[in-house]
Amino acid sequence: MEASTSAPPPPPALSRGLGAQVQEFLSKYGLIALLLVLPVVYAIQDLKDDGNLAGIANNLFDGLSNGAIIALIAVGYTLVYGIIELINFAHGEVFMIGSFTSAAFWGTIGLSLTSSPVVIILGLLLTLIVAMLVSGGLNTMIERVAYRPLRSAPKLAPLITAVGMSFILQNVGLLWLGGSPKSVPDLIHAQEKVVTIIGININRADLLAFVVTIPLVAALTLFVTRARLGKAMRATAQDPEAAKLMGINVDTTISLTFLLGGMMAGAAGLTYALYQTTIWFFQGFQAGLLAFTAAVMGGIGNLKGAVIGGLIIGCIQQISDNRIDPSWTPAIVFAYLILIMVFRPQGLIGEETREAG
Amino acid sequence: MKSRIGRPAIPPWANRALAAAVIAVAIIFPFFFTEAAGWVDDMTLALAYVVMGLGLNVVVGYAGLLDLGYVAFFAIGALATGWFMSGFFADANVHVLVGEFTKNLPGIHFNFLIVLVFAGALCAVAGIIIGLPTLRLRGDYIAIVTLAFGEIIRVFVIQGDEINLPFVGGDAHLTAGRQGINPIDKIDLPFIDQFTSLNLRPWYWTALALVLLVLFVNIRLRDSRLGRAWIALREDEVAAASMGVPLVKTKLMAYAVGATFGGVSGAFLGSYLNTVNADQFQFGFSIFILAMIILGGLGSVWGVVVGSLALSLINTRLIPDVLNDVPSKIGLDFNLVDVNYGIFGFLLVLMMILRPEGLIPERRRQIELHEDVDESLVEVTHA
Repeated sequence: MEASTSAPPPPPALSRGLGAQVQEFLSKYGLIALLLVLPVVYAIQDLKDDGNLAGIANNLFDGLSNGAIIALIAVGYTLVYGIIELINFAHGEVFMIGSFTSAAFWGTIGLSLTSSPVVIILGLLLTLIVAMLVSGGLNTMIERVAYRPLRSAPKLAPLITAVGMSFILQNVGLLWLGGSPKSVPDLIHAQEKVVTIIGININRADLLAFVVTIPLVAALTLFVTRARLGKAMRATAQDPEAAKLMGINVDTTISLTFLLGGMMAGAAGLTYALYQTTIWFFQGFQAGLLAFTAAVMGGIGNLKGAVIGGLIIGCIQQISDNRIDPSWTPAIVFAYLILIMVFRPQGLIGEETREAG
Repeated sequence: MKSRIGRPAIPPWANRALAAAVIAVAIIFPFFFTEAAGWVDDMTLALAYVVMGLGLNVVVGYAGLLDLGYVAFFAIGALATGWFMSGFFADANVHVLVGEFTKNLPGIHFNFLIVLVFAGALCAVAGIIIGLPTLRLRGDYIAIVTLAFGEIIRVFVIQGDEINLPFVGGDAHLTAGRQGINPIDKIDLPFIDQFTSLNLRPWYWTALALVLLVLFVNIRLRDSRLGRAWIALREDEVAAASMGVPLVKTKLMAYAVGATFGGVSGAFLGSYLNTVNADQFQFGFSIFILAMIILGGLGSVWGVVVGSLALSLINTRLIPDVLNDVPSKIGLDFNLVDVNYGIFGFLLVLMMILRPEGLIPERRRQIELHEDVDESLVEVTHA
């Protein structure tokens, strides 16, 4: 619990001068210092015990690959928050349904451990497309059913329906595969070592996470910054009224945003299923909160921030899982979440939403 | 008096007579059922949930701060009974105002009324601590921070059996984790025999007394200066602040009051359910209570009472007993009990879209829908 002991003092200080300087310094670097606490502590411990940094380096690398999956989910939160300022609480469940769909689909097309590698790769590509379409469609449908009717209602109303949708989908997952974690065939032999570089073991699972995440996030960034529809998304995020006056169909743009976010979550779902080789109905709740923390950490509404936040949260989770105790992980991540929200609600990079200006 | 909402005016005494009649029926209710029917048990639980609903209503309904971690106060209130009303700290030997039977047991044993005050005070402090970081946050971030606190407390309860308490010798842990602290002392009120698990009627009446107390406090608070400040805050924070409502104090009071009610109910449930274990404090429970007040009507005291009773009975009666085998009858392979949280989620979505003001809406929200500005309202605020 290093997180809570090294918390910077609360910023609201009225006197200028030294106090204000300290405050400015803390708000700039306090969060970064806080994030470095865990890795630094365990790096020192490794140096003392083993004489090298292989242990912590492995943790951090696993954290990055794990964080790549979280980043894919976080992108969905940040896109949606950027455009309608709603925490899409059901987003984690969309990711979970993505996992379930993937496992069901590759079972249907007959992928198994005995299939040849070429068949597996082609089959998984097909599964990826199906998972992305199902999750994207589901997310769009959720927006249509649960959020659109409440667009002019007080802000808490859509948040409450979002929580409701999240519970509905969780129970769909519960009925689909039962209440306990189910293992799925380890199609890619996830834990098989590919190469070891300076003491870091790189597994197939790690490669998979990067191979899926990097092109998708790159494509998404290109779409949002270059494409016509991406421009419409950014315009709607900045000012929906003005965007409407400029002839942008705001409803379609919002639907598109949910579709894109859902597709990323679907891809994350497939990757998670192959990476962890167990899936269950509660994975969405946990991963969703991690991803939301990541999105806030990076500055909500900010694509680049969500990816960086995802990688950081992945590292924190991995270190906590391996070095402290997996059952403490949620508490540690949430402690970070609270500290970030209190001391730097605009995130590491700064947010791009209307309220932040 | 002119009707504001186009309904025939009800004379003021009619409302009071109705309330008195409802209370009278509530008091004699247990005599209509035998223990075996389970109605007394279900109603006792429902009344405890009403107390929680009324507490959450202060935070969400009056002050408009969406709290998704309300289960934290159930946990703390229940833990108070685990710590101070059981043999959990077996090395300690403290007995304060307890009956003959309990006097000979090891552990810390306080009278229930003392623990009730403890639990309320503990939760008020916890509520303020949870409220502090949310002061500068916008609405949806508040929801996430409170959720995070709820989950952190749950992790502490789960892991509490590995945390050794500092400053006390021996083998004292924070909680008993998933295994749970049990048994908890039964409620022991002055002048009457200690409660037993065989006769549930005294439990029911205690819960009813708690509901009436909390109801009274709730109504008085709503009509007080503080209550009006909460509602002003809910409607428009900036306007409220510029009219002189102290934001920090008002928000923290909402958290503290809401938490206190949660703690009181938690302490009652700790003793009534006779166990305090980590699995009681899931995130779903917060949503269960939230669904109650949304079903009844955010901010409406009577709505919350009706909503809490209704949802609680749906949970303990309608879903397991009446509708449980409906899915299997139409050829689906599951019991309805398995998806009860899905049903609550569905209710949340349905209510928010079809009738966001709830079954029994708050009068103020109804008036808002009515175009004319009523003169008497202006007078009320100046009185």
